[in-house]
Amino acid sequence: MRLRNHPILEFKEQRVIHFTFDGQDITALEGDTIAAALHAAGIRTLSHSLRRHHPRGLFCAIGKCSSCLMEVDGCPNVKTCLVPVKDGMVVKSQDGWGRFPSATSRKDYQRKEIPTRETDIAIVGAGPAGLSAAIYAARLGARVMVMDENYLVGGQLIKQTHMFFGSKDHYAKTRGIDIGTLLRQQCDELAIEILTECSVIGYYHPHELAMVHKRKLNHVKAKAVIIATGASENMLTFPGNDLPGVYGAGAIQTLMNVYKVKPAERVLMVGAGNIGVIVSYQLLQAGVDVVAVVEATPKIGAYQVHASKLVRCGVPILTSHSIVKAYGNESVEGAVVAQLDNKWNIIPGTERDVAIDTICLSVGLNPASEILDQAGCRMLYIPELGGQVAVIDRNMETSVSGLYVAGDVSGIEEASSAMLEGRLAGVAAVQSLHGSSPQIEKLKHEIQSGLDALRTGPFGEKTRIGNKIMTEAAS
Amino acid sequence: MKHDYINTGILRLTDFQVPPPERRRAGRVIMIECVQNIPCNPCSTICPQGAITIEGDITNIPVVDFSKCNGCGLCVANCPGLAIFMVDESIGDNSAEVGIPYEFSPFPEKGEIVSVYDRSGKIICDGEIVRVRNPKSYNKTAVIYFRVPIQFSLDARFIKRKADKAKTPIH
Repeated sequence: MRLRNHPILEFKEQRVIHFTFDGQDITALEGDTIAAALHAAGIRTLSHSLRRHHPRGLFCAIGKCSSCLMEVDGCPNVKTCLVPVKDGMVVKSQDGWGRFPSATSRKDYQRKEIPTRETDIAIVGAGPAGLSAAIYAARLGARVMVMDENYLVGGQLIKQTHMFFGSKDHYAKTRGIDIGTLLRQQCDELAIEILTECSVIGYYHPHELAMVHKRKLNHVKAKAVIIATGASENMLTFPGNDLPGVYGAGAIQTLMNVYKVKPAERVLMVGAGNIGVIVSYQLLQAGVDVVAVVEATPKIGAYQVHASKLVRCGVPILTSHSIVKAYGNESVEGAVVAQLDNKWNIIPGTERDVAIDTICLSVGLNPASEILDQAGCRMLYIPELGGQVAVIDRNMETSVSGLYVAGDVSGIEEASSAMLEGRLAGVAAVQSLHGSSPQIEKLKHEIQSGLDALRTGPFGEKTRIGNKIMTEAAS
Repeated sequence: MKHDYINTGILRLTDFQVPPPERRRAGRVIMIECVQNIPCNPCSTICPQGAITIEGDITNIPVVDFSKCNGCGLCVANCPGLAIFMVDESIGDNSAEVGIPYEFSPFPEKGEIVSVYDRSGKIICDGEIVRVRNPKSYNKTAVIYFRVPIQFSLDARFIKRKADKAKTPIH
């Protein structure tokens, strides 16, 4: 089902197109990904598990979880959450590992020669961090190339319909979706090349990348590299967590705010951090019923203002509560929630059955730092930063000279800090190419002070602790 | 428990600055329900009267000078946290006017009777829509003014159109 009206989103005329899914004709709108179009058509089961053939649905919707792999026009293992649908596309659910690519599909990506693309600074990820890095580096005269797996530019900004905090410098009171557009415009003004549907699959010393752009292999040669790959949503262990209808909260946000699909009728939200509470509110804006937010800890992690705006709409936030199990045949039909004691044990007799069709998990994010590990960066597991991160210095540089990070991949925070980290990495990368100047030192100082200011206060505590652990490890 | 909003998400009148009764009786005035140190300051930069200040760090809590606030409503639409409300007890006839930020569609219409909710999401009374302000500069956060019996002037925090289907949360 599609959204018909919305207080924030704008509806533009989209061309109606058709494709087939397992032989069935599906009507889609141009701009849908395959997975979004299937959701709009009411299809939630996208694959089956390899061994037990359990139905699998979408979990992340941003190319991280692999539960949406299908055969598309003869090519197996296509992440259908990333690929935009085209008229006449033939999509098939995939049995197990998939069949060897068909001869016609092989023509799509076979190459006699692998082209080399040269640039000064290669940036992986076109979210708030990557785009900010590109803008700041390009303004200082560097040639920049940005690559992103998704076909839309802006990372997670494109689904953030709420206004951002901050000051004027941080796009305060601007909605995330509009910040994405503003960053994109600045990139266009600076003639920055942004490649979409583009996966960086390997880093080679020094600063060479293996990159797949629209299924074709490319070689990228740069003088410095900035990794701004973001993060993926955490799973939670409970019986039934693999049923279609259990989504990452971000995936639901993508379906409704990017593709304007009504993703559910009745939702249980698990986790009362900012994402859980904000997405719950956005579900209400999309006309979806949210029965409750359950939070295992006794405290709400979200900013109180976000919690307030949800609770006054009639959605309770139940702290010291968690999900016990999800149930359903093909898809989620209900869940059991219960109260927890201070040792995280279920208090007997508090179990309650809730009739819902969707469970959203917002139980933290995990830095998408695999490529940094592969590149040989010194890595450290820092829970306060969300998991495995590269050890960096105050210039966002990793232990591999000329390899920088920015945004959630360097530690889970918010888009405001991701943008500042991107700016810093962009400026520092230019410095590594051309040496320092008073202008560069001044810029770096300004951005670093801005970051420090964002991290004052109780909500910056985790990052402060994480960064302290990192600094101690680095020295 | 001192800070029980952290467990429930529900603020109380003792958690933030409330305009004194004589100021409320003199006409429209804001209430900022922003109680945590978050890095944010648009309320203080947008206020044409200089009635809202954030001293020092951007994470400090805004402080309102109620004598300077003229109830223009700019900050209500510009607060990213939707945490600023308007109250006016100068109406007489035992009713008060409340203004709230509102981001749902469709908007209620002038004269419409709506259900009014308090901070905990409980229906407390009916309200009558007086004005819907949604100029382009508000960037899709409308400010909706409605009338409630005066005893609810400090607690009315959300409205729902009666036509909207009843939701069934668990408690």
